[in-house]
Amino acid sequence: MRSFGTPEFLFMLGAARWTVALSLIAYLGGGALGLVLAFMRVSGNRLANGFARAWILLFQCTPLLMLLFLVFFGLALTGYGQNAYFAVTVALSCYAGAYFGEIWRGAIEAVPQGQWQASAALGFTRVEQFRHVIVPQSMRIAIPPTVGFMVQVVKNTSLASIIGFQELTQASQFVNNLTFQPISVYLVAAAIYFILCFPLTLLSRRLEKRLHVDRPSPVAA
Amino acid sequence: MSIVQVQSLHKRYGSQTVLDGVSLDIAAGEVVAIIGRSGSGKSTLLRCINGLETIDGGSITVAGHAVSRAPKALRALRQDVGMVFQSFNLFPHLTARENVALPQTVVLGRGKAEAQAMAQTLLDRVGLAPRADAYPSALSGGQQQRVAIARALGLEPKVLLCDEITSALDPEMVGEVLEVVQDLAARRMTMLLVTHEMSFARRAASRVIFMHAGRVHEQGPPAEIFARPRTPEFMQFVRAISVRE
Repeated sequence: MRSFGTPEFLFMLGAARWTVALSLIAYLGGGALGLVLAFMRVSGNRLANGFARAWILLFQCTPLLMLLFLVFFGLALTGYGQNAYFAVTVALSCYAGAYFGEIWRGAIEAVPQGQWQASAALGFTRVEQFRHVIVPQSMRIAIPPTVGFMVQVVKNTSLASIIGFQELTQASQFVNNLTFQPISVYLVAAAIYFILCFPLTLLSRRLEKRLHVDRPSPVAA
Repeated sequence: MSIVQVQSLHKRYGSQTVLDGVSLDIAAGEVVAIIGRSGSGKSTLLRCINGLETIDGGSITVAGHAVSRAPKALRALRQDVGMVFQSFNLFPHLTARENVALPQTVVLGRGKAEAQAMAQTLLDRVGLAPRADAYPSALSGGQQQRVAIARALGLEPKVLLCDEITSALDPEMVGEVLEVVQDLAARRMTMLLVTHEMSFARRAASRVIFMHAGRVHEQGPPAEIFARPRTPEFMQFVRAISVRE
């Protein structure tokens, strides 16, 4: 039996690169999709709103794991073969997009109605209202829940191991099977996860500080 | 020549009639106070005049613009009709100066430097030049409301609509906002003021309109109308007010 040493540690560290890559895929794909969904939700267009609502409901209420399976095997059934990269991109984007979309819709709707009225009365168009008045205020509302979810995503990427991605969790299991030193292995894995997530929360705090120029934030507008 | 013309305006919310045939002519330079019980349609009338509410019948013309829903017409209208709200509604993420400058750059297409200079002038006019760099949360209610007035003035409106602009203020701050309104009146700004403050109506207005049940019930110069109410509804209103004051 091997013991848990530097090569094993480096192996796990290498696998953590996949954790990072998968998270980035979720952020980019999910972020873009979430933006579209959020604006569809607040567009005032019933069709767009209904579609976005259904989308969010569907993907918030199904486990990411099922989603990964369905895309992965579904793709195989259509004859395009098994493409884990494609499957993971689609599944993570759909999943993260639903959450981002709902978080950002909430942030947009949290801006008091008076802000819409005042800017409308000043002659702003809807796009100008979003750009100059609503979005700058929603952004700081959205930061804590957005970063909170981003941290969740880092940890949830471990599910991608099920369709063959050797990311951090999968690699840790592998190393544990070889060394049978679960405490050391999983402590190290947890530490790596922590090191990946901690900067995100730091970033959140800094962004919040920078955007909260008007502290103390207005209680009632 | 009247600058605001309202003809048999009707507005309903569901089955409830809020405005039931309001007709009104306001000449340039007039300061009109609109009073009445809550629910009499005062605020709704103001909101119809700058297109914040759709109307169900009648017509409104302001400074040559027929009020309609067409986005272009609405924008042109709102450049000529400023509005100040009870709850100030300043943009909390911008300083006082930026609050006043932003609509000028966005809506009028003014250059940033020009808008900022204009903002500084307007803030000076409402007595807030030294607070130009403060964020709304650092300003008192009275100060916020004065910034809101300066913001509306930035678009150089021909008519200013004030919707209970002193109602959310502590009593000691009402005076400073009133002063600004009186200064504007002296500069011949046409204003429609919905208000609960009868002293405000008495002092600032050249005409008082009493609204009741969605109609203009009684109107006249403040000295006259308060001294000799003609209708029982207005008499009752004046009595209720004088007891409170």
